[in-house]
Amino acid sequence: MSLPASTVNAFAAIVGQNSVLVEAEDLVPYGFDGTAALKGRPDAVVFAKTTAQVAECVRLAAGARIPIVTRGSGTGLSGGSVPSQGSLVLCLVHMNAILDVDPRNLTLRAQPGAITARIDEAAGRHGLFYPPDPGSMRISTIGGNVAENSGGLRGLKYGVTRDYVMGLEVVLPDGRVARFGNQCVKDVAGYSLKDLFVGSEGTLGVITEVLLKLVPRPASRRTMLALYDRIEDAAQTVSAIVAAHIIPCTLEFLDRMTTRSVEEYAHVGLPTDCEAVLLMETDGHPVVVAEESAQMEALARAHGARDVRTARDEAEALQLASARRNAFSALARQRPTTILEDVTVPRSELASMVAFIAETAAGFGLQIGTFGHMGDGNLHPTFLADERDADEMHRVHEALEAIVKRTLEVGGTITGEHGVGLAKKPWLRQQVGDASLDLMRQIKGTLDPLNLLNPGKIFD
Amino acid sequence: MTAPLRLRSIDYSILQQCIHCGMCLPTCPTYDATGRERNSPRGRISLMRAIADGDLEISSSFADEMSYCLGCLACQTACPAGVQYGVLFETARSDIQASGVDASPKRRFWKALTLRFLFMRPQALRAAGRLLRLHQRSGFEALSRRVGLTRLLPADLRRLEPQAPAIAPKFSNALIAPVEEPREPARYRVALLTGCVQDLVFPDINRDTADVLLANGCAVETPASQPCCGSLHAHNGELEMAAELARRMIDLIPPDRYDAIITNAGGCGSHLRHYSPLLGEDPRYAERARVWDSKVRDIQEWLVEIGPRQPAASPFDEPATVTYHESCHLVHGQKISRQPRTLLGLLPGITLTELPEASWCCGSAGIYALTQPEQADALLQRKVGHIATTGAALVATANPGCHLQIARGLQSAGSPAQVVHPVTLLARAYRRE
Repeated sequence: MSLPASTVNAFAAIVGQNSVLVEAEDLVPYGFDGTAALKGRPDAVVFAKTTAQVAECVRLAAGARIPIVTRGSGTGLSGGSVPSQGSLVLCLVHMNAILDVDPRNLTLRAQPGAITARIDEAAGRHGLFYPPDPGSMRISTIGGNVAENSGGLRGLKYGVTRDYVMGLEVVLPDGRVARFGNQCVKDVAGYSLKDLFVGSEGTLGVITEVLLKLVPRPASRRTMLALYDRIEDAAQTVSAIVAAHIIPCTLEFLDRMTTRSVEEYAHVGLPTDCEAVLLMETDGHPVVVAEESAQMEALARAHGARDVRTARDEAEALQLASARRNAFSALARQRPTTILEDVTVPRSELASMVAFIAETAAGFGLQIGTFGHMGDGNLHPTFLADERDADEMHRVHEALEAIVKRTLEVGGTITGEHGVGLAKKPWLRQQVGDASLDLMRQIKGTLDPLNLLNPGKIFD
Repeated sequence: MTAPLRLRSIDYSILQQCIHCGMCLPTCPTYDATGRERNSPRGRISLMRAIADGDLEISSSFADEMSYCLGCLACQTACPAGVQYGVLFETARSDIQASGVDASPKRRFWKALTLRFLFMRPQALRAAGRLLRLHQRSGFEALSRRVGLTRLLPADLRRLEPQAPAIAPKFSNALIAPVEEPREPARYRVALLTGCVQDLVFPDINRDTADVLLANGCAVETPASQPCCGSLHAHNGELEMAAELARRMIDLIPPDRYDAIITNAGGCGSHLRHYSPLLGEDPRYAERARVWDSKVRDIQEWLVEIGPRQPAASPFDEPATVTYHESCHLVHGQKISRQPRTLLGLLPGITLTELPEASWCCGSAGIYALTQPEQADALLQRKVGHIATTGAALVATANPGCHLQIARGLQSAGSPAQVVHPVTLLARAYRRE
């Protein structure tokens, strides 16, 4: 399949000859995102630089009935930007300007291709803070973060991307440009349409500008590592911290397999002989930080921590957090194929869920590394397998079914922060129910009657 | 296509290791320049995998892509999954070389002249060096440029001719005796590799290296005529030639005789410690190659390993500020990053100022500055800009390619900053004690 030359030329007339790719060597690298074992090949890749170009491309594609898969850096973990058959990838990495930081209103305006970490850096220059920090923040784009409603390590205290989106500019499937939201803290004028687009995974429109909320940068922080010989003790510590009404900014859990893989890569001094590590971070006023960290250390020790270490300085704290951000990729050292899950359960169910995952893996004779945001119940059990081994892959899918079933039984969700995309599609109805899924379809059908924006993602 | 593709025969799990998470993207200078996936490490690996899977053929477009890659290996440092990009890169370039699709006459010309001829023959290389020096010193260079004779040269040579490095009057063999003993009884016995470019252009750095080794209790053996280590060949897909050079090197310097085999060029060192993969199938050399790999040390790494003696004097009369540029193949290829800073920190009267993006490629990258001049120049401008922000009078770096490239960039920017090898500063300081 390929696009007719006249169509290619029409796109080139909008964005310029050099911004349309059709050669096989150019297209193969756009066939995937950060999700294992999902691959496609688009018919073309188009780079837009302005909202007007995006709108024209969307109109042209609609006229020619060409599906559009919008994409940033392609680091998603549910196959959201894997191109469908016969589609065109609309890549927005060149729309990467941070348009302004407004310290009086604590907002930041950026184009969708702006890199997440750069947004926080820009905020930092004004003493402000953009908290959402997905694992891929050094390369992920804010447009992708908004479209997937990405989370991160700081979700427990600071929430997720949605909590920081104040406004959006969106190109609708028919090419109209719509703006939602504003710089007002309070705004109840009609339906909150921006919230419809946050987490819509590129199925409802193309985000071309974002207006973000910023918060004051915390004056101090303290990072600690608690080491455990039993996973349950780590989970109990988390429950105890929450029960003591402490909301730390980060409570990350890594099991032995994950810790070992991360240490092999990052050499940051993580112990490789304990069953569980908790990475705990508290931030805010120095007095509060001192008090909370002392309390957390005491609680960790009271719940069986073998040792609690405090990062010497900011550099070591950053090193530990960034080592943790690479946990998923580091696990890939162990086996050729890494299948990452994103199940999330109410915090009260966490300890039993962690145990259930370990039992399930053992029961199916599978290798698994589990890590995750223990403070918010978001776990990332990661199966380590080889996609060339059909029997093993079959067992992986059986184990996944069991984990999803259990997750839903205890009131959890199939995806806490990665999105449904292609990877979680089979279980969406099971979780949300018929009425909810039908409503999603109605909304999609109303906004995108030709089903041209990221078709086949979230639901068929 | 005659030979079977190496990409189809290498261990598939090396290709599978890449889970395309994208963590490499922000560290890749070419992806940074274009924002296109094919110009990124994971994009290139996806092309290699498509070739291995039979979904794509080796094409001139693929050859262009693999030529555009600097081979700086920044992605290898960044990769949490431990992908051996260097192995994939050299395998791909070897397939391209064997397939003959790389039709660019320019790249073919440079590869033939440098790889097949000059860098296979140490005597020819030194002879070419002497001729070039004669040309540079005779006044003929200035005259021929004035009367326009250089216009007769092919365009690429013409562009390059004024940039050719100044060839030294004497090469390493005239400056270093085959065996030199320290004043005290030797603690270690080491072999010193003099390199190719280092030998022709910076033999003083080789002398400084020998002096620093002697000052730290090492007996130094330096064979007068040494083959090229094969780094350029392997890097450009000529794996057979690289294996031949590795055999010659091991014959000349039997590794079991030395405590360490010392190199002072980042690009060479990165290749020198990987003779095993080249000779692993050769029963006569496999074992010696393994020993060889275990003995190779960068000079800075070796000094820190044996505990360097702090000089009692400063290298200069006045205090000076130095900044450090990391050679890609030292920091990414050999993971040597802390040691040069440790050594610079030992120098009385010298203040070390960190260079922004110190480990970002300067664009030299072997013969990249010849094959991809535009991208090489863009990277050089970026590097020179960062150096200016440090205000340092000295730029320390430990690879002759980077040394030449950065010196040229500083000169054309009108900067007074000087490029030095860290061991040169150490040697100066010891001499002034």
